[in-house]
This record gives sequence, structure tokens and C-alpha cells, in this order.
Amino acid sequence: MIEDTALVRARGLVKRFGDFEAVRGIDVEVRRGEAFGFLGPNGAGKSSTMRMIACVSPRSAGELRVLGEDPDRHGPRIRARLGVVPQQDNLDNELTVRQNLHVYGRYFGLPRARVRAKAEELLEFAQLTDRADDEVEPLSGGMKRRLTIARSLVNDPELLLLDEPTTGLDPQARHLLWDRLFRLKQSGVTLLVTTHYMDEAEQLCDRLVVMDGGRVVAEGSPAELIRSHATREVLELRFAPGGQDAAVPLARELADRVEVLPDRLLLYTGDGEAALAAVQRRGVQPVATLVRRSTLEDVFLHLTGRSLVD
Amino acid sequence: MTATVRAPAQSTGQVPGPVRATLLVVEGLWTWYRRHWRSTLVSSVLQPLLYLVAMGVGLGTFVDAGGRGARTVPELAGASYLQYIAPALLVAAALQNAAGEATYPVLSGFKWQKNYWAVTATPITPHQLAHGSLLWIAIRVAVSGAAYLLVAALLGAVAGPGALLALPVAVLTAMAFAAPLAAFAATTRSGGEGFNVIIRFVVLPMTLFAGTFFPVEQLPALVRPLAWVTPLWHGTELARGLSLTGVPPLAALGHVGYLVVWLAVGVVVTRWRFRVRLTT
Ligand SMILES: Nc1ncnc2c1ncn2[C@@H]1O[C@H](COP(=O)(O)OP(=O)(O)O)[C@@H](O)[C@H]1O
Ligand SMILES: [Mg+2]
Repeated sequence: MIEDTALVRARGLVKRFGDFEAVRGIDVEVRRGEAFGFLGPNGAGKSSTMRMIACVSPRSAGELRVLGEDPDRHGPRIRARLGVVPQQDNLDNELTVRQNLHVYGRYFGLPRARVRAKAEELLEFAQLTDRADDEVEPLSGGMKRRLTIARSLVNDPELLLLDEPTTGLDPQARHLLWDRLFRLKQSGVTLLVTTHYMDEAEQLCDRLVVMDGGRVVAEGSPAELIRSHATREVLELRFAPGGQDAAVPLARELADRVEVLPDRLLLYTGDGEAALAAVQRRGVQPVATLVRRSTLEDVFLHLTGRSLVD
Repeated sequence: MTATVRAPAQSTGQVPGPVRATLLVVEGLWTWYRRHWRSTLVSSVLQPLLYLVAMGVGLGTFVDAGGRGARTVPELAGASYLQYIAPALLVAAALQNAAGEATYPVLSGFKWQKNYWAVTATPITPHQLAHGSLLWIAIRVAVSGAAYLLVAALLGAVAGPGALLALPVAVLTAMAFAAPLAAFAATTRSGGEGFNVIIRFVVLPMTLFAGTFFPVEQLPALVRPLAWVTPLWHGTELARGLSLTGVPPLAALGHVGYLVVWLAVGVVVTRWRFRVRLTT
């Protein structure tokens, strides 16, 4: 089969809501076994894309194949093999944790005995065994999220779609979730993750696309993106408010690219220490300095701009 | 902590056929009901029985003692007032309960709990979800109606075996009204303020004036057509006739046909609204 390694293949994929184009012709290919990310600010079109791939939102134009099939024609058949974690939890709050798993599993046509056994396995996996007979409503955000992920695994999906899996969670809850997702990836589940967290993208994703305004603006592994869209190192110069303006011309001379922030200058350069020495030689007196490696965040902010979207 | 999930070479998920899918939706709702049925008992069974006792036994004493109108109503010739209103209250209660189930719970599935989106992320389609949700309401009112009938029989409110036929009539009438209402709920974006308006200004007046407690012939001629267009009047005529005196076949056909049209339109529009809202 030609499509064997591509679980998702999109060409010129478009989503329109009335006159508004939320997704403006994107090309994406997700291979079996990888963790693929959609990184982008709010409103970039990540969820719209995910919902088309999840076969719940028909595409407006372009080509889309999920698990080798056309969502317009074989939606239920594809959905039977997918796991979906939507951006907003949509658990049944008036059922118990365990009942949520049972009921959901049945929708995939699984026999009762199979669903019961699978639910116990997933409760363990999501560390919810203690809460299995409690109603969902009073659970913490992290527990609900874990339950949503557990629920999405009830049919042993070949492709797991996670829309902002850790947004709104505290650091402990996020790390626990990352650990669970990492295990899934180890066990061979193909992950498709949207996020606007750089650390999440760097931790989880083998490959990612950066989306902005409905378009893909960059593509590659986190390391490749850093290599091609940022310099190796960044020199941060911190000034008293307003003090950095005078240093901007010099900074531009010394660095490949300079970002001017309200309280800081970021100098993108291959050698941060050398740039720092040059700055000091020329008599510039920042309040504090820092040499660090470029991160995905630098790439992201460079590509999607520093102004707030929402 | 060594929990792992096995590598999925092939997902275990299947596509249930349309009938099975509908029944799976019912099964999901049944799981909810098994946990929460006690909270539904008062409005579904107890309330109509209270009406039956208060009106049928209390008020009925006066009616049976020779209210002027009573002698002119053929259904009352061989039956007590209690037996006269028992089938009508069955239909009215079924309709009220179905109306309740077709409004807030449906809107919640879309808007508050959003669990409809969870269901349609599985192989279940929006149409199957709509079918299952409506079928569930029908089952609920059928079971409540049966419980009501049983108690009514013990109270001597059931005139004969014809009352058994009143049960399917009650379910049909309830769904003829509830299906269009579910379509409305599936279209509602606001917090459901419209539902209260419908309960107050449609369901309540319908229960009071469309033949439950007295024949619509007692109404001024001008407003009688208002009663005739309601599904409740057709259901009440049919259920009462079957329970007490029998119904001429042509009239029965007319009533059933009218109710089926409401139901069919309601189901088609509900399917359509579910699909539109769940596949944007
Ligand atoms: N159902 C909808 N109707 C109209 N506009 C929508 C709808 N869903 C999303 N949008 C718009 O499409 C754009 C992309 O949204 P979304 O895909 O949710 O972005 P992201 O998930 O990246 O934050 C936003 O401007 C959003 O307001
Ligand atoms: Mg989103």
C-alpha cells in the first residue's frame, strides 16, 4: 500500500467558517509511530485542523486522507480507529470515572467483557484507580484530563489526536501527563499534538509544524527548526527601563538578528560569549547579561511575532 | 507504577451497524439512569398519580354526583370521572415528561456537558445519536406510563383491558410533541429560556384545555380549533376512547395519522439539526 507509512496526509487543506478562512491550505504528513506537533498561537487554526482529521468537521477544500481513507466517505470507519482528546473536556460529569470508560468503549462496538477489562487497565494507566467509583464532576482538572486521555485509548487507537492536552494544568499535573504520553509513544501509538507550549513541543514531538493565521510557516524537528530559524546562541542584555535604546545600533552590528523587548535586547549570534565580550569592550553597561542556547521559543516568537493575538 | 498500554498494530474499534449504534446510545443513557432514576421518579410517576387522586377521587365525587354536563358526555355514561381522566392524565404526563427530556438534557449535550461531541467522535454518527436520544425518551415515558397504569388500576381508575392500548398511544403522543422540541433544543444557542416559555404557554394550557379534564366541546366554539391542532387532544381522544367506549376506525386512523406526521417531521428535523451542529 502506498499510504502505509502516512497516517495523515493533507494537501492544500482548507477550513472555512462562512467567509472566514480558519485553515488556509496546509500540507501535512504524519508517519506511523511518530509524535507530530502543531505549534501555534491561539487562533492559528490548530483545533480546526484537528477536527477535520478527527472526521467530525468536513473540509472545505483540499485533500485529506486519514489512515489511508477519505473522512468524507468513511468517517465512522476511520473514527473507529482513532483516539481523540478534544481541547475542552467533554466527559459525562454525572457518571463515575469507570462508567465513562465503559460507556465510551461500547460506542466502539466492543463487547462488555472487553470494555470492563480495558477500563481497569486504563484506570491504572491514568492513575485513577482510587477514584474509579467517584463521579467525574468534583475531580481536579488534571484528573479529568487524564480520564479524557484514558477514554481516548479505550479502542487501542492507531492514531491519537491530542488538542492542547495540558493547557490550564499545574506543573505537576503537566509532568504526569507528559510521562503518560511518552509511554504511549514508546508503545508505538502515533501521536498528533497541538500546543502553544514550547516545552511540550520539545518534550513530545519528533516533528512539528508551526502554524500561524491558518498557514504552516515552518516545519521540521525541534532541532532542525532551531537550526534553520535561529542562531545557535542568544545573548540577552537586560537594561533599566528605556536604557536599551542607545545600545540597539551596536547590537545590530554584532548580531545576526536583534529582538528589542521592553526591558531587554536579544542578540542572536553563533557565539554568545564573543558577542558579550565585544559589548563590554565598547562600554555598554547592561544591568544583567545571559548567554544561552536558542530554544524553540525563540523560533516560535520569531515566526509568529511577539504581539499578543487575543 | 508499571502500567503500560499495549502497542496497537490494529485498533480494536468497530463500526456498529445503525440499529446497534442507536441501541448503544440508549445503553449510555441507561447507564446514567441507573444511577439517577430516583431523582426522576417524582415528576414522571408520582405527579400524575397525585393529579389522578386529587381530581379523579376528590373532584370526581362532585362530577359523578351529577354535574349538569356530565350526563351529556358519552364517555362518562358507563364510567366514573376517575376512569374518565385516568387515560388522559397518562397521555398528558407522558407528553410533559418527554418535553422535559427533549429540552434541557439535549441542550446540555451540545452546550454545557458537551458530551454529544464525545459520542460523535466515536463511530457513532450524529443521526444515530439523534435516534438513540429520541428512542431513550420513548422508553422512559413508556416505563413511567406502565408504572402509572399499574397504580391507577389498583386505585380502580382503569375501566378495562382497553387501557393497555392507551400506553402506546401515550408514547406516540409524547414523542409527536417531543421530537420537534428536541429539534428546537438542538438549534438553541441561548441558555434555554425558550423552553420555559413553551412549558408555560404551550404545555400547561394544552394540559388544562385540550381535553384532559373536560371535553373540548365545553370550550367556546372560537377556541376549540386551538385544542384540535394540539397533539395532546388527538392522543387524549384516542387513549380515552380505547379505554372506555372504543373508537371508530376512521377517527382512530385520523388521530394516529396526525400524530405520526408530527413525529416524522420532528425526527427528520432533529436528525438534521444534530448533524448540522455536530459537524461544523
Ligand atoms: N465553528 C466556528 N465558527 C466560526 N469561526 C470559528 C469556528 N471555529 C473556529 N473558528 C475561528 O477559526 C480560527 C481558528 O480557530 P482554531 O482552529 O480554534 O484555532 P486554534 O485551535 O489554533 O486556537 C479562530 O479565529 C476561530 O475564531
Ligand atoms: Mg484550539
